[in-house]
Amino acid sequence: MENFYNENRKFYLNNIDLNEIVSDLENGYQDTGSEALHAYKEAQKWYEMVLTNAGEICANFIAPRAEAVDEQGPTYRDGLVSWAPETQENMKALSDAGYLGGMLPRKYGGLNLPVTVNTVIVEMVSQADASLMNLFGLQDIAVTVNKFGDEAQKNRVLPKFCKGEVSGSMALTEPDAGSDLQSVALRAIEKDGEWYLDGVKRFITNGNGEVSLVLARSEEGSKGGRGLSMFLYERYRDKNMIVRRIENKHGIHGSPTCELQFNMAKAELVGRRKFGLIKYVMSLMNGARLAVSAQALGIAQAAFEEAVKYANEREQFGQAIVHFPAVYQMLKKMQAEIETTRMLLYKTSQAVDHEDMYERKSQRGEDLKTELKYAVAMAGFLTPLTKFTATEMANKVAYDAVQIHGGCGYMKDFPVERLARDARITNIYEGTTQLQVVAAIGGVINNVLEQEWENLKELRIKELSADKDRILGFVEKLQQTVAGVAELKNKDFHDYVANYLVEIASIIYRCALFLPVAEEHTEKRELFGFFMNESITRIDYLISQINMLKKRYGESIVDLKADFVIK
Amino acid sequence: MKKIVVLAKQVPDTANVTGDAMKEDGTVNRAALPAIFNPEDLNALEMALTIKDKIAGEVIVISMGPPKAVEILKHSLYMGADRVMLITDRKFAAADTLATSYVLAETVKKIGNVDLVLAGRQAIDGDTAQVGPQVADKIGFNQVTYVSNLKEFTDEYLIVERDGEVQTEVIKTAYPVLLTVTAEANTPRYPNCRKMLHYFRADLKDNFRKDELSVAEENDWIIPTCTMDDLGLEEDRCGLKGSPTKVHKIKSIMLKGGDLKMYGTEATDIKQLVRDIMKDYVEVN
Repeated sequence: MENFYNENRKFYLNNIDLNEIVSDLENGYQDTGSEALHAYKEAQKWYEMVLTNAGEICANFIAPRAEAVDEQGPTYRDGLVSWAPETQENMKALSDAGYLGGMLPRKYGGLNLPVTVNTVIVEMVSQADASLMNLFGLQDIAVTVNKFGDEAQKNRVLPKFCKGEVSGSMALTEPDAGSDLQSVALRAIEKDGEWYLDGVKRFITNGNGEVSLVLARSEEGSKGGRGLSMFLYERYRDKNMIVRRIENKHGIHGSPTCELQFNMAKAELVGRRKFGLIKYVMSLMNGARLAVSAQALGIAQAAFEEAVKYANEREQFGQAIVHFPAVYQMLKKMQAEIETTRMLLYKTSQAVDHEDMYERKSQRGEDLKTELKYAVAMAGFLTPLTKFTATEMANKVAYDAVQIHGGCGYMKDFPVERLARDARITNIYEGTTQLQVVAAIGGVINNVLEQEWENLKELRIKELSADKDRILGFVEKLQQTVAGVAELKNKDFHDYVANYLVEIASIIYRCALFLPVAEEHTEKRELFGFFMNESITRIDYLISQINMLKKRYGESIVDLKADFVIK
Repeated sequence: MKKIVVLAKQVPDTANVTGDAMKEDGTVNRAALPAIFNPEDLNALEMALTIKDKIAGEVIVISMGPPKAVEILKHSLYMGADRVMLITDRKFAAADTLATSYVLAETVKKIGNVDLVLAGRQAIDGDTAQVGPQVADKIGFNQVTYVSNLKEFTDEYLIVERDGEVQTEVIKTAYPVLLTVTAEANTPRYPNCRKMLHYFRADLKDNFRKDELSVAEENDWIIPTCTMDDLGLEEDRCGLKGSPTKVHKIKSIMLKGGDLKMYGTEATDIKQLVRDIMKDYVEVN
């Protein structure tokens, strides 16, 4: 039987050391009882079972339903939204098997998995049905309640999530507040010690869910992010929110995208007032960005497999098209991008796990300020870097997978048509690629990965030492280029080349992650060599591009918009 | 509150046969095939769990087999069985359906007060479909075989559909009863992660180190076993000794298109069918 927990995922996951993280999650292995884990090895064995089981559900239960889900999607009638029947079956299967509270503590019915393990599950669910990830991945709502909610809120909401009795939504976007969440206008009004929400939210994934985290303006007359707080809205406690409509979308058809109208709907404040955007939503959003990166990678994996299959089956000019260089060139690039992005995604998940771990330890009173600060910086940088990388990659892979299918790829008869549509949202929602660049560029300029580069220098590499030198050379070139850009004190120019710099950082970091893997596992050398070659030419191109722009335009880069500004 | 016993068997995965699946002498090369939960036994277990979920009940899965069959019992626990038991003894080896049903029937009797016994229609290694019916006979239960749908059930009765080749029978039955279940009846649920966490360390008592035993016992990780003596069985009715079936020869037969012939339902057609069978398959001395 097919299983999406394939050798490749297993290989790269096993390459990530979760020892310290798991030990902390499992209370130092001090617990007793039938469910207590007593050693890292034991935890690994159970994770392996959890992942294998998920891989089987994804490959054999969810994937065969994806086409029907895409075709039918959810329905809307008189304010009620229903998922497609197959979506309901999928959610029930995942819920019955216990996956809906993957990252929640066991006392609420969750699995207490590391983020890294859960990320692999999200990736597999997305490979099977990208739209299902939106519902499955919304357990981030529950994770946020667990992090910032009070005991009563946690006890009320979390067990319901784990049992699959409720689903969630994050209600942030409004008609006039998309990328710019600081201008959220939905009002939160305090009356006799209770909070009421009033206003409209738009493009809310699964807004029909029973539990919503709503970003609202609690400080009347305020402007900007500091006037916003986060609220917990539960539909089974209040009926004053209505779903006005659901959107007719390009892709991820299985997931309902709702417009919500709150009419003085009663809600509860989560955490502290005015911390809504700056703390809680940022945390929620980072979790969602990681999940969307996994979603993108899952879609890319599905598209790649379809492309390989088709290239072998389809014959033209008397042979299978896989034999044409133009075709296997595309396949080879897909493979290199998918595998290196997988390394990056798992590494980023580990960084998020580290951040969570140091936060937990700090809350318990351990003095770990330096470690926590570093972990926060790493997770804060790698999350947008990964979303930038994975979602653009998925679009390119899906695009080329359609290309390999030729005319057939344009028809609904083959899954790549759906995959290309599903991929398209990943670099838009939870922050567009352009906003990921904004979030990541600071880390490139401030060299957040400095310690990683130092580690690379110390790494004992024998057979691939020439490659190691090359990668360290890339790092130096990047730093020189960053310095060259900084010389020019022009914000427009900095912003203009930011995406080039972030892309260079992504490529170099993936080379650095790949190097020790290829050194140790000779079977990975060929792919590593291919990726190194691609990287050398791409980095050279990007750097000369930046230098050329600086030379030719410099301060006057702003003139490039002249042709497009309508007066 | 119903007490439900499910009969389960670990079988070689004959659906994924590779080149070395059969030895030169025509017997199954068990080493080359992965051991799996007999598929229709999973359907039987799913039916048991469905009944348990709706009306209170206890689901007990029993399997006769070698120690490694503990794997399917653990799988049963992951799916939601309340308890399991491995019936294992060297003296059970090489049992045919008669000897197997004797052992299973005695186990069900020993468990006592059983309302419902569920079994897969047949195992994919022997394909006999005999064990379920024989057990029913030996424990004195009514039986419905080839159940393809559980239509309705209450504390008092079950309504099931029984698949025939040309018709479907709808049968209402009281407890106690034994049903054999086909693959069409349901889709077996996937293992639950929390239950896997609870039981993944479960094993037979002999496989724990002495210093691990007390923890294993406390945590409900010991899979109980039952031997011939535990059940007080007659040795002559167990295993090879109790098995009148002797396999004479196994031939590898490739079916060709021409092997299929359709007959009508008139009396003359049936006569022709009998004549053809006599001609092809019955040796007259």
